[in-house]
Amino acid sequence: MKYVEEFRDQGLARNLAASIAGEVDPGRSYRLMEFCGGHTHAIFRYGVQDLMPPNLHFIHGPGCPVCVLPIGRIDQAIALALDYGVTLCTYADLMRVPGSERRSLIKAKAAGADVRMVYSTQDALAIARADPGRQVVFFAIGFETTTPPTAVALRQARAAGLTNFSVFCNHVLTPPALRAILATEGSEGVQIDGILGPSHVSTVIGSAPYGFVPVEFDKPLVIAGFEPLDVMQSALMLVRQLNAGRCEVENQYTRAVTPEGNRKAQALIAEVFERRETFEWRGLGHLPHSALKIAPDYADLDAELRFPVARGEGHEVKGCECPSVLRGVKAPVDCKLFGTVCTPENPMGSCMVSSEGACAAYWSYGRFRHPTDVVAAAGVTA
Amino acid sequence: MSDHLPKAERRFPIRLDLRHGTVDLSHGSGGRAMAQLIEELFQRHLDNDLLRQGNDQAAFDPPAGRLVMSTDGHVVSPLFFPGGDIGCLSVHGTINDVAMAGARPLYLAASFILEEGLPLADLDRIVASMAKAASDAGVPVVAGDTKVVERGKADGVFITTTGVGVVPPGVDISGDRARPGDAILVSGTIGDHGVAVMSRRENLSFGTDILSDTAALHGLVAAMVAAVPGIHCLRDPTRGGLATTLNELARQSGVGMRIREADIPVRRQVQAACELLGLDPVYVANEGKLIAICPPGDAETLLAAMQAHPLGAQAALIGEVVADPHQFVQMQTRLGGWRIVDWLAGEQLPRIC
Repeated sequence: MKYVEEFRDQGLARNLAASIAGEVDPGRSYRLMEFCGGHTHAIFRYGVQDLMPPNLHFIHGPGCPVCVLPIGRIDQAIALALDYGVTLCTYADLMRVPGSERRSLIKAKAAGADVRMVYSTQDALAIARADPGRQVVFFAIGFETTTPPTAVALRQARAAGLTNFSVFCNHVLTPPALRAILATEGSEGVQIDGILGPSHVSTVIGSAPYGFVPVEFDKPLVIAGFEPLDVMQSALMLVRQLNAGRCEVENQYTRAVTPEGNRKAQALIAEVFERRETFEWRGLGHLPHSALKIAPDYADLDAELRFPVARGEGHEVKGCECPSVLRGVKAPVDCKLFGTVCTPENPMGSCMVSSEGACAAYWSYGRFRHPTDVVAAAGVTA
Repeated sequence: MSDHLPKAERRFPIRLDLRHGTVDLSHGSGGRAMAQLIEELFQRHLDNDLLRQGNDQAAFDPPAGRLVMSTDGHVVSPLFFPGGDIGCLSVHGTINDVAMAGARPLYLAASFILEEGLPLADLDRIVASMAKAASDAGVPVVAGDTKVVERGKADGVFITTTGVGVVPPGVDISGDRARPGDAILVSGTIGDHGVAVMSRRENLSFGTDILSDTAALHGLVAAMVAAVPGIHCLRDPTRGGLATTLNELARQSGVGMRIREADIPVRRQVQAACELLGLDPVYVANEGKLIAICPPGDAETLLAAMQAHPLGAQAALIGEVVADPHQFVQMQTRLGGWRIVDWLAGEQLPRIC
């Protein structure tokens, strides 16, 4: 397949692995945080860790939109579907994310709520157009990558005069999350030497917004694509920066990312959304100016205003280490629930639900590296 | 049959309207409307000596040897998909389940649950497709049943088929017989059926020329068993795909498996569709493929026998059974690293970013 297989080529992978092995300083370690779940997924799905020298470690970052959504927002979505009887349209991953008391949208659906899995905002719009008598709410989540399509949907709904469509907005911003991670780095036992920067997010926002990383935090950052060779080449670029004592923003993903990003998408986001004062992230807490809400001009399409739902606290499952896993402080196998009561079939925390979550990646692709009796026992009863 | 009689002598003076008619509740009532549906639609297509007797059961003398029996419900949506439909699928599915014991399938029975409002033209097309599949396979449908449920209580038509077959002497194929060292083979490209069906789902339609691989595999199995009677395991990787089937076999046999991604045959179009949808071909359903596990010394012979058959032309050796108390199925990725190929968790769903 053109433009895909080139980035999974075994020969090139061997060459890159040999370069990395040849260039790492055996006297030190290289702890590289891959920001996105897409990177984590590539590392595990293709077994990239097996091709790395033993002193190069990947630390999994918070870049999984499903994982960082706080439980309170899931509870609110469930309430929208159950209490207001709306048709709630959601991306598939969100269906199984546990809310408080282990409720979830998929359980709400079984209990009679009208929850529909959609593949795009356009599907949700189509449902609204087809049934003007029903209130249709799109459960919008994601980083800057999925924000422009939501903006397009809002503009289309406005243009079509749809009065039965609204958006429950949970779009979040990458740079504030990165800042939060780096601000606590070192204090909680997590040590990061360099960052593999967001891939698809950067196609929208460009590489310029990461300038603060080397300047304020003295860490190199390489914007890295999501294919396994992208990840490996980016790791090599970070190793070279660290060896040379350089500390810069570099762009490995040049085939898609420019310094200024996608101006058109940025303008669209600016027209339809505005920054929230603060937003809660699972694992990272309340971060100022870290998320978007629907701008006043589009407020009539804001599901939070149309269907006021009380904001609950949101109760984490006791023992669930998703918050620490999302900060890179703990690895999934450090969680007592991992593989015992928490598996993809029966997830306790969001990181086990999403295919981009670190726990799901460890469990589904990598648990043979940690074949403790507990993990194995859970495996055969899965 | 009644079609050929002069109008006055037919049991049902007005024929079923196979062009514009629909199934209604009277077609399942046990009365004359049901008798007419059976006679003019089901019997017309599926006709054979045993069915023609009109009993509630088919009576036959079993041949010598071990009998095997299997049943399989079919609820595919949409009913018609590129390369097949629920009719031929329901014949192939059960023939394959019987054949995976190394057996020669003998007879099928079919049970239909029809939804009120189903166009008779669709039902006619589906039963015709069943009849052709059964006839091509040489395995007649000798007993059947029809029920009709109210609109909204089913999805057009559900078909359950049951099959019996007989295992040749000296053949002992079972999912618990995989042993460390055994070779793992697959009979051809994986994921064709699942991608063909998904390409026609209303909320997911995308352009692809992939056809379902739905096929009866008993001919291929007969050739394989003739070449290597000592095959340990056979299974058709339907729902959950190759990955889930290998995990089932690993658990049943108490072994691990190590396979090589680069050796698994996948069509480029299937790979492309999976990329687009965020799916992994090893989890996508097949309806005309099988996995075989045999002693290492027989692997080349078995592979040659498979490749010599039209349904196994792209067969490949994809890995080995290993001793592993954890019963992990591991795969060496195309890149050279290793990962687990786990059971499918939930439905395979697209990634969102």
